[in-house]
Amino acid sequence: MVDALYTLFGGEGQFLYLIAIVAAVLAIALPLLIAVAFAVYFDRKIWAAVQMRRGPNVVGPFGLLQSFADGLKLFLKETIIPAGANKVIFLLAPMLTFTLALISWAVIPFDEGMAISDLNVGIMYILAISSLGVYGIIMSGWASNSRYAFLGALRSAAQMVSYEVSIGFVLICVLVFAGSLNLSDIVDAQAGGAHKWYMWPLAPIYVIFFISALAETNRPPFDLPEAEAELVAGYQVEYSSMAFALFFLGEYANILLMSAVMAILFLGGWHSPIPGDDIIPGFIWMLLKIGFGFFMFAMVKAFVPRYRYDQLMRLGWKVFLPLSLAFVVFYSGIAVYGGFLPSGS
Amino acid sequence: MMEIALTDMVFYLFAAVTVASGVLVISARNPVHSVLWLILAFFSAAGLFVLMGAEFLAMLLVVVYVGAVAVLFLFVVMMLDINFTELRQGMLQHLPLGGLIGLVLLGELVALASAWYFGEDVAKNAASPTPAIESASNTEALGQLLYTDYIFIFQTAGLILLVAMIGAIVLTLRDRPGVRRQSIAAQVNRRPEEAFDLVDVETGKGVSLPGKKG
Repeated sequence: MVDALYTLFGGEGQFLYLIAIVAAVLAIALPLLIAVAFAVYFDRKIWAAVQMRRGPNVVGPFGLLQSFADGLKLFLKETIIPAGANKVIFLLAPMLTFTLALISWAVIPFDEGMAISDLNVGIMYILAISSLGVYGIIMSGWASNSRYAFLGALRSAAQMVSYEVSIGFVLICVLVFAGSLNLSDIVDAQAGGAHKWYMWPLAPIYVIFFISALAETNRPPFDLPEAEAELVAGYQVEYSSMAFALFFLGEYANILLMSAVMAILFLGGWHSPIPGDDIIPGFIWMLLKIGFGFFMFAMVKAFVPRYRYDQLMRLGWKVFLPLSLAFVVFYSGIAVYGGFLPSGS
Repeated sequence: MMEIALTDMVFYLFAAVTVASGVLVISARNPVHSVLWLILAFFSAAGLFVLMGAEFLAMLLVVVYVGAVAVLFLFVVMMLDINFTELRQGMLQHLPLGGLIGLVLLGELVALASAWYFGEDVAKNAASPTPAIESASNTEALGQLLYTDYIFIFQTAGLILLVAMIGAIVLTLRDRPGVRRQSIAAQVNRRPEEAFDLVDVETGKGVSLPGKKG
């Protein structure tokens, strides 16, 4: 994508290349932020529909501008820093969360060649960045100098570290079949219609990944770090104004990212479900699949009651870890002895 | 020409950040800040790996050290109840000993570097098993080495980690008598019939305990 922009700009000189990189980043980041605003709106609408409420419907047509109104309100509020807080880390934490939520998108391919950076180790990059996400939460919990915030941060750290393990094993299963760590190659391995998608042969792994993704993004039913009934709002409790908004945006950007990763790993990325169809551009298919993933996230929030903390840990360590490990052995066996190993290795 | 200058600049940036944050790890007054500087050091070291073309190692460094090990560090350090002033008093006291150890280490490193020589067939051995960097990606090259020539060492390393993990569990797991444990299966299998009775209570009459009719 950077190279395409570079040639578009004339293709000469180091400086122009830098401009092409910045343009590519903006071309992903700006639509992403707008998408996050609408994702919050749709999340609230879906939640409301399940509970037979109307949801946001006042600001703009159908309440579509609700998120922007909320953002403006947060922007105009005062940033309160608690007296006992560690100021630098307190302010650094939301920035870190937000930045990490955005930089993962650098490797997501929206269409053939439509990624800022088509890394060879794309999936490892996403795993690495998502494992960094826990720092924003721990730092905010510690720097707030508040019991609620600290408890929320500790819960969140343990939870994210636990579920990352099963996510890692799920990724290995997909990689065994795709034969590459490159996200575009994984998508291309599923080309040629809906029946080629990994969601069919790897269905149990898909379910495990989805549930782990819920835990990884601190979404209900695993939103214990911010359980309002016990911890008020967990690690966010001392935050106000833009600092809070950054946490909020980061959270939703992460949910969209997880939807995008699910689309890439299991739903064939930008490829059309109909074999041989190239009327609708792949870009649209990718967006539709991300939307589908987000819809599932939103529905789970409306359906499922919150887990107890010991149940959460039990599910992560005693159910998902052995199960996903067993699936790694099972699928590797199938790949080796069933002749499904990707060519070239 | 310009391109070389840019990568050089990035290298010096990462290197400077690594060294500076390494110094700050030991000089920061607050131990939590120390751990955060350590994380920055790890992270910029990963950046250096990327510059050398070892992107798989870089990602592994971030996932393992930054994402797991340093989180546990931070976890423990945050929970500790440390008296900061007392901690700093000890620093000057131990400075001579620490400095001495550092000097000895430096001397040994210098001696090693001056006496270092390559064996006769090292170059041949190093070159032969490695897949050509042009044909294989980073991950593939590493995998082919680890799972063929170095499989026993690799498996042994895994086994040592397993032993360490089991050791930690054995050390902390104590079998105490009289502990009430929850049985998840029993909880899940519980049915409404065994959990409660529906009783019609007549006016003016009490309810006797379940199971004790009459």
